[in-house]
Amino acid sequence: MSIFDLTIARASKALKAKEISAVELTTAYNGAVAALNPRLNAYITTTPELALEQAKAADARIAAGEATALTGIPIAMKDLFCTEGVRTTAASKILEPFVPPYESTVSAKLKAAGAVMLGKANLDEFAMGSSNITSGYGPVENPWKRVSDPDAKLVPGGSSGGSAAAVAARLALAATGTDTGGSIRQPASFTGLAGIKPTYGRCSRWGIVAFASSLDQAGPMARNVEDSAILLNAMAGFDEKDSTSAQREVPDFTRALTRGVKGLRIGIPAEYRLEGTNPEILALWEKGITWLREQGAEIVDISLPHTKYGLPVYYIVAPAEASSNLARYDGVRFGKRVDGVDLIDMYERTRAGGFGAEVKRRIMIGTYVLSHGYYDAYYLKAQKVRNLILRDFTNAFAKVDAILTPTAPSAAFGLGEKMDDPVTMYLNDVFTVPASLAGVPAMSIPAGLNAEGLPLGLQVIGKHFDEETVFAVSAAIENAAGFSALPELRAK
Amino acid sequence: MSLDAATVRRIARLARIRVDDNEVETLKSELNAILGYVEQLGEVNVDGVEPLSGGAQMALRQREDFVSDGEIPEQVLANAPDRVGNFFAVPKVVE
Amino acid sequence: MAYTLEGRTGIWEVVVGLEIHAQVISESKLFSGASATYGGAPNAHVSFVDAGFPGMLPVINKECVAQAVRTGLGLKAKINLFSRFDRKNYFYADLPNGYQISQFEHPIVGTGDVEIELQDGTIKHIGITRLHLEQDAGKSMHDQHASKSVIDLNRAGVALMEIVSEPDIRSPEEAGAYLRKIRQIVRYLGTCDGNMEEGSMRADVNVSVRKPGEEFRTRCEIKNVNSVRFVMHAVEAEAMRQIEVWESGGEVVQETRLYDPSKGETRSMRSKEDAHDYRYFPEPDLLPLILEQEFVDRLKAGLPELPDEKRERFCRDYAIPFYDAGVLVADQATADFYETVAKGRDGKLTANWMSGDFFAAMNRTGKSIENPPVSAADLGALLDLITDKTINGRIAKDVFEEMVETGKAPAAIVEEKGLRQVTDTGAIDAAVTKVLADNQDKVAEYKSGKDKLFGFFVGQVMKAMQGKGNPALVNEAVKKQLG
Repeated sequence: MSIFDLTIARASKALKAKEISAVELTTAYNGAVAALNPRLNAYITTTPELALEQAKAADARIAAGEATALTGIPIAMKDLFCTEGVRTTAASKILEPFVPPYESTVSAKLKAAGAVMLGKANLDEFAMGSSNITSGYGPVENPWKRVSDPDAKLVPGGSSGGSAAAVAARLALAATGTDTGGSIRQPASFTGLAGIKPTYGRCSRWGIVAFASSLDQAGPMARNVEDSAILLNAMAGFDEKDSTSAQREVPDFTRALTRGVKGLRIGIPAEYRLEGTNPEILALWEKGITWLREQGAEIVDISLPHTKYGLPVYYIVAPAEASSNLARYDGVRFGKRVDGVDLIDMYERTRAGGFGAEVKRRIMIGTYVLSHGYYDAYYLKAQKVRNLILRDFTNAFAKVDAILTPTAPSAAFGLGEKMDDPVTMYLNDVFTVPASLAGVPAMSIPAGLNAEGLPLGLQVIGKHFDEETVFAVSAAIENAAGFSALPELRAK
Repeated sequence: MSLDAATVRRIARLARIRVDDNEVETLKSELNAILGYVEQLGEVNVDGVEPLSGGAQMALRQREDFVSDGEIPEQVLANAPDRVGNFFAVPKVVE
Repeated sequence: MAYTLEGRTGIWEVVVGLEIHAQVISESKLFSGASATYGGAPNAHVSFVDAGFPGMLPVINKECVAQAVRTGLGLKAKINLFSRFDRKNYFYADLPNGYQISQFEHPIVGTGDVEIELQDGTIKHIGITRLHLEQDAGKSMHDQHASKSVIDLNRAGVALMEIVSEPDIRSPEEAGAYLRKIRQIVRYLGTCDGNMEEGSMRADVNVSVRKPGEEFRTRCEIKNVNSVRFVMHAVEAEAMRQIEVWESGGEVVQETRLYDPSKGETRSMRSKEDAHDYRYFPEPDLLPLILEQEFVDRLKAGLPELPDEKRERFCRDYAIPFYDAGVLVADQATADFYETVAKGRDGKLTANWMSGDFFAAMNRTGKSIENPPVSAADLGALLDLITDKTINGRIAKDVFEEMVETGKAPAAIVEEKGLRQVTDTGAIDAAVTKVLADNQDKVAEYKSGKDKLFGFFVGQVMKAMQGKGNPALVNEAVKKQLG
């Protein structure tokens, strides 16, 4: 077994048993990053020396018997988490020189647990995208290849594309991501990983570059459900610096993994069966249903009537909040500045030069839907429909304990595809967006491969703050699916 | 609701993003495509429905009043693209 | 009589509404833990939250909430148990986030009422529309460098209460009285120090004009006026400008203006285009602010006595006139000083002495009520000496000046200088006799009808007695001896 085959759970055990050292583990991963990252571009900034320092400290901690489950574990940190002293760009040119003088709460918690940071993972600029192609630092290559066309470059999904590619190609043991409309789940599905968007408020948003404040959530991306649970244990928790942070106890999520699904009611929403959905995905969904039924779950047909309005709601609300959140990027106090003849000119040139096309589009849509005369018709209306979407879930959860759906309408697509107009790209999030709008926890687990040998994920959605049921159901699917495929392009 | 070029320029000005003449048309059609897509919300009956904001429904937590932050001017200014002493500097504004 | 301005086409009325921005007294800022203290080295009282760094989030300060509620109660206004914060989006160098967290649709305080008193004694009620909490902006300075403007964010994020009046004000005097009243109330409550020179209280003045009986016409907003005097001047200057526009056949355009005190006129503000499209939406980083009625009740019970109530009580308990009481309650410290002295003493006597010699001495010496020219105890002791007739009123004035000069207690001064009032009728009679004898010609004139000379005789007797004669007894003696 190669060192790269160790999961977090396994690696942690091996480290405790002194079978390997943290320095060895990190050195191996540093090497993998050096070898493969130039091609995959999963990292914007690599921090091999810092990682080695952290690994040494981890070894000391392990020796002192003070290790946690994450001590010495090398991870990729999505470059949306502000890391003190380490450049943080949000994949935007406008933040190219930005070195935060503070550490985000979530990354600080991982640091405190002894995790080792290999570098800052690539993403869609300001987390706006579903393919990682909007990054100001180049696209990310999905290590998975089509059987019929192994040379074609595929996208890893987005916005947490770099995190996904890094974990899939074994350039990290696990990664942090953020999910606003599907940015953890969809790339997890495209790269064969387990990734969860926790309940809104479960993880602190302090220090995470904000995209859409009422939707953003940090979460783990890992090789399997157990590793995700270990990571979420460390990432979650109340933060007094975040007014939207939930004052809730964090249970040990790993304990939910062995619960099983006997007697659980699993909802299958009719509205997720879209016309024209890829039949392989529908077939996988059926398989998932069978697996759960075989393990003792009760399958219940449910309706989430406002599902199809999720995307239009999202593409009003998220850009609106983003247009306001990104107003601070003005070249005055940090980031890149482009000079101008006066202040307004400086603002306009700085922002035009620093933001990419997708970010500009969303800022402009957001500005428009909040503007005088349009607020009621767009923003206010969207927030009302959002309430209806939440009600759909509330009503459904009176009848079921969890909901099973596909994660994405397709497998990973090619770089350069789906570029006809912005909306085509947005449709990637059709299954993930509703859970984001309602704030409920949702996880994607790899369930199978399509005919091209590309991973397909299934999504499990749970009640507010019931990540435990989500983990239990996901573990059941994972066990039944026996997904063990790996991309050829990876560290070995 | 379709945008015209003048509206695109007005939005760009509100958003403080410089848009050159040759960009306006492309932007206009892209933005109109997005707006066209979200128009379908017009079908939804929202009578008596309150707008939702944020998934969490709790009351706002209030913190105690004491000085717990600040007094870090060097860190605050460390990333400044331009500064004059301990001030941020920008092109001169005429009011 | 209503205030009007005379134009070429007839008389005009002025309609004014004031939006007062009052900085909240608190240790730290509204949404961050940085210091809210005025002054400080540039960018010292600034946290990453105030500076709008990526990923920063607001957390509300409970004392600022309490201060806003206290102020609302002082304005006799409705406290909204549910209120919400909204983002007001615009770009300016002193606004780090590119938006201000304010309250738009659901302010923490609703409608209220404030009483003002005018010169002629009439009482008028000015309605309060609302009070809401919002962040103050930083400061940009345009004269520190040749080609650059510089920005200090110390003030960015400090809590402001915006107090909006109904457009009930109808004259510069009313505007001044209203502003002074609001200032008095917040100082009494301890929610704002009302220091307009330092900028902890600023006024935006909305002015329009109309012919009597008309609906409201277009108004203009004059921003950031920082003194009561300037507010009054700005109202008049702007009203006159608008009248001229209307009378020349033009139309007043709704715009934001600045008052230039050196020119005594208002001018249009160049910046802030598109300032009207603030794209307000609910602040997604905060939840709604829910207050318990019990919390509001507790604050209400803890409020100090407010100026209007105190004035009424002074009139009642100390038997002093309304106007005098008004002067004494102008600020809490003065009112407290007065009560300390007046307790157990003649309220009217105390009021006269404070309004007269005491305030005069304070102005002359440049001292304040917190550091008074004469202590409350000493002033009280002086009044006791008058009341028990140890000295007369005339001598008391001299003693008072000596107290201001030396800081000595009145009794000591009276003893040292031998200023005790003479009540010995024998001595008085003797002095009267001598004066009348020395001024026989005047006595004759008096007897032939020149009544006014009575005062002359009294004055001469007092002079002869070095002012120490008991005035009542001297008067009696003179009267008796003149026959």
